[in-house]
Amino acid sequence: MPVPERNEFFIDPNRCIGCNACVSACMECDTHRGYSMIQLDFIDRARSPQTVPVVCMHCDSPTCAEVCPADAIKRTGDGVVQTASKPRCIACNNCVLACPFGIPKMHSEANLMMKCDMCYDRTSVGKKPMCASVCPSGALWFGTMEEIRRLRPRSRPVRTFRFGNQTITTKVWMMVPVDAPVDRVDVTDAMHEPTVGRSDAAADALLSGLWTAEGA
Amino acid sequence: MTTAPTPLYRTIDRFGPHLVYPTGARLDAGVEPDRVVKTHCCFCGQQCGLQLVVKDEVVIGVEPWMEFPFNRGMLCPKGVNRYLQSAHPDRLLTSFARDDAAPGGFRPIAYEEAIGRVASEIERIQSTYGRDAFAVLSGASITNEKAYLIGKFAHMCLRIANIDYNGRLCMVSAAAANKMAFGVDRSANPWTDMLGAEVIFIAGSNVAECSPITTSYIWQARERGAKVIVVDPRITPIARTCDVFLPVKPGRDAALFNGILHLMIEHDWLDHDFIERWTVGFEDVAAYAKEWTPRRTAEVTGIAEDRIREAAELWGTAKTSFMLHARGIEHHSNGVQNVLGAINLVLASGRIGREGCGYGTITGQGNGQGGREHGQKADQLPGARDLADPQHRAYVAGVWGIEPDDLPQPGADAYTIIRKIDDGEVRGLLTISFNPLVSLPDADFVRRMLEKLEFYVAIDFFLNETARHADIVLPGSLQEEDEGTVTQVEGRVIKINQAVRPPGDARQDWRIIQDIARALGRERGFTFRSPREIFDELREASKGGVADYSGITYEKIERHFGVFWPCPVEEHPGTPRLFEPGSWNPVARGAGPFYFPDGKARFNVARYEPPAEDVDEEFPVILTTGRVITQYLSGTQTRRIGPLVDFYPEPRVEMHPQLAERYGITDGDWVAVESRRGRVTLRAQVVRTIRPDTVFVPYHWAGRKSVNLLTNPALDPISKIPAFKVCAVRLRRVEAPPAEEAPPPVDAPQ
Repeated sequence: MPVPERNEFFIDPNRCIGCNACVSACMECDTHRGYSMIQLDFIDRARSPQTVPVVCMHCDSPTCAEVCPADAIKRTGDGVVQTASKPRCIACNNCVLACPFGIPKMHSEANLMMKCDMCYDRTSVGKKPMCASVCPSGALWFGTMEEIRRLRPRSRPVRTFRFGNQTITTKVWMMVPVDAPVDRVDVTDAMHEPTVGRSDAAADALLSGLWTAEGA
Repeated sequence: MTTAPTPLYRTIDRFGPHLVYPTGARLDAGVEPDRVVKTHCCFCGQQCGLQLVVKDEVVIGVEPWMEFPFNRGMLCPKGVNRYLQSAHPDRLLTSFARDDAAPGGFRPIAYEEAIGRVASEIERIQSTYGRDAFAVLSGASITNEKAYLIGKFAHMCLRIANIDYNGRLCMVSAAAANKMAFGVDRSANPWTDMLGAEVIFIAGSNVAECSPITTSYIWQARERGAKVIVVDPRITPIARTCDVFLPVKPGRDAALFNGILHLMIEHDWLDHDFIERWTVGFEDVAAYAKEWTPRRTAEVTGIAEDRIREAAELWGTAKTSFMLHARGIEHHSNGVQNVLGAINLVLASGRIGREGCGYGTITGQGNGQGGREHGQKADQLPGARDLADPQHRAYVAGVWGIEPDDLPQPGADAYTIIRKIDDGEVRGLLTISFNPLVSLPDADFVRRMLEKLEFYVAIDFFLNETARHADIVLPGSLQEEDEGTVTQVEGRVIKINQAVRPPGDARQDWRIIQDIARALGRERGFTFRSPREIFDELREASKGGVADYSGITYEKIERHFGVFWPCPVEEHPGTPRLFEPGSWNPVARGAGPFYFPDGKARFNVARYEPPAEDVDEEFPVILTTGRVITQYLSGTQTRRIGPLVDFYPEPRVEMHPQLAERYGITDGDWVAVESRRGRVTLRAQVVRTIRPDTVFVPYHWAGRKSVNLLTNPALDPISKIPAFKVCAVRLRRVEAPPAEEAPPPVDAPQ
């Protein structure tokens, strides 16, 4: 039974407890045998135990695919951006460098870019992705929009992100506090002098990582 | 009798711990599993439902079990990786006898020969020195059936008083206080009652790391507007998001609870009707709390006065609430008093025995609840009956077909049993599911005691660090190699299903125990043919007791995803929530909801005492210990599972930058941590998430990385729990671990 269209993937970093269950679960996936496609990091362990799980956001216009010279990265009809196709991937690392979320990983033994494909093997037979099944705090969650709105009234899902001048809309939703203002971070706001002598692209490169979110 | 074999690296080379990683068997889409078995995780007291995927008699993976109501598919990384212990290269596949000439110091021997040797040594020691010269130390990670059988084996076959279990290091402070206040020792509510709570009070529990699934209940409650109060000397992941954080100085919890009660009384945030009708002893408690002004409470606990007031107001004015606590308030020389203090807050609020109004200790071990109910505890008989109670003795003796006078009197607690080795009172020891060399405080003392034993037999599936001192090692069973029941954190009795057969010459533990009884020529009462037969006798033995299992069957458990005790007859649905108004129990017999003859709960004065070992000029820093999420207890299993070890490879000493600065320590430096009992040298983790007067080290590691070389074996006078959570240490930055602490050279000569 295929998974109903209306199930969606949500990340709720506020809930993350850094347990690594998702990372372990991801290693159990049939399609990437023993490798985890999830990155789990402390934001700043010296100050806080806050951690954030990073899974592929599955962009509507995936930068990884746009920069791929071999056309190896495909997006399925239902919006899942897949691991590079093995016959096509030339292991050039363009996608690894270009992805604003830092998702694709190069596996040098296999000469292949690998990334989260939202457990296509599981979701296509009606199961939840393994990471979202096991997550003990609901930081990774898979279900319908109606359910999550009902279960988490204190948060709202967003899926539009700005990186400098690039605006990205994703399939995966990020939960943010319901009353959080939509904001755009610009490093020049905090600088003594505005940036001079740089192209926008170079300034944008400096900004990568200072991403912020816009409401859906 | 023996020191551990030397050199150590040879024992490690032969018996581990070695690390295993996913092989890909489960991951191969072409593999059609032979079966998928619905069962539970083998680790903590949450006992999450999961499915084991089996191929060719090997567990090759885990699949979430979405229907099991407690965790609905959720697992922590231990649950996801637990399958890697099956078919592990370190697995004991035969019996072994200590032999210095053999690789690693142990020679494989035939099972019957090993059993014969165990029986003859038990006989020799008991006939030479008296029955109680032989002792049994058991565990709380085994099924109710095994716990019952081992208790019966000690009390009826060996007729010894000296049997205790490693729950003594875990839940006994909570158990003792619960019995004193409620007359019964079980979480009072199912976890779903958290969802209706306005306030959740979490005292001394690193929920996210030690009981990860509970996190989701707390988050669900928060989404419905619940406020969360956390008491902890560290900002744990759950504390990071809480509403009121109370960074208590380790060992001062009773003071905090009295301070909060003081404010509840001052502001009349009390349920007078409940106190009047259903409790006894409030006046004395109130008189004692009077001394605990906010000012004094702040001075003793090291918590800002306004935070204490804020917490008291939240708790005092709530309509519904849930109080949770764990080892953080229990592992103290004053542990029972701390728990009584927490319970007083619940009783004063009257918020118990109703939907959304709950209380519970978060049981730590896999069968921490059931393991403390059926007679492997020093003072106990099945059904949570008392070994000292003549009526209880008579009932159980009747079930076992012996005279009450044949039963021994209550014996010593686990640590006292170890101490009794020193003067020769205990000469022989059997351990199962217990690794005291890693898990008991003052590990060097424990090692010296093991070396003094005349005979030591260990039953285990891996050669744990304590078992390296054994004369005979018997190969027991992993959780997935046997069936039976366990009782999880809520008091829900659940079914462990067998997934695979024990490999090689390994046996199910209950068979090994019965084989020893047979070899002793005392097999009457030890001829069970299956765990189900043992469970049926357990039901009978628990009938009419406080922990009454008599109405629970394997089929009923499977049908209802577990049954909460008490369950006195088969038609009974079980009791998810204790102390409901009008509820019946075998002690009160209708007089009231609590388990005392008058049906009323007891307030007990929770007297504050400073920790048995406090800081001074020589040892000016508090050491506290605990767990990390990727390891379980003494690490016998989890230090063998590669992905879990990689997430947190070795213990670090966590300290605040203010403290680090005082000693010239920066993040990653080697630090010698010394107490009056020992020293460990570990790398520093400098974080602002811990009180500056306290350092934290997790306890799962052995040998020179064992923080229990430092901890204080002072015991709570009532519960006999060791004071793991406070001792005094000093710190010194060092360039490297001392030479003798360096690991053995990789290419050491054979």
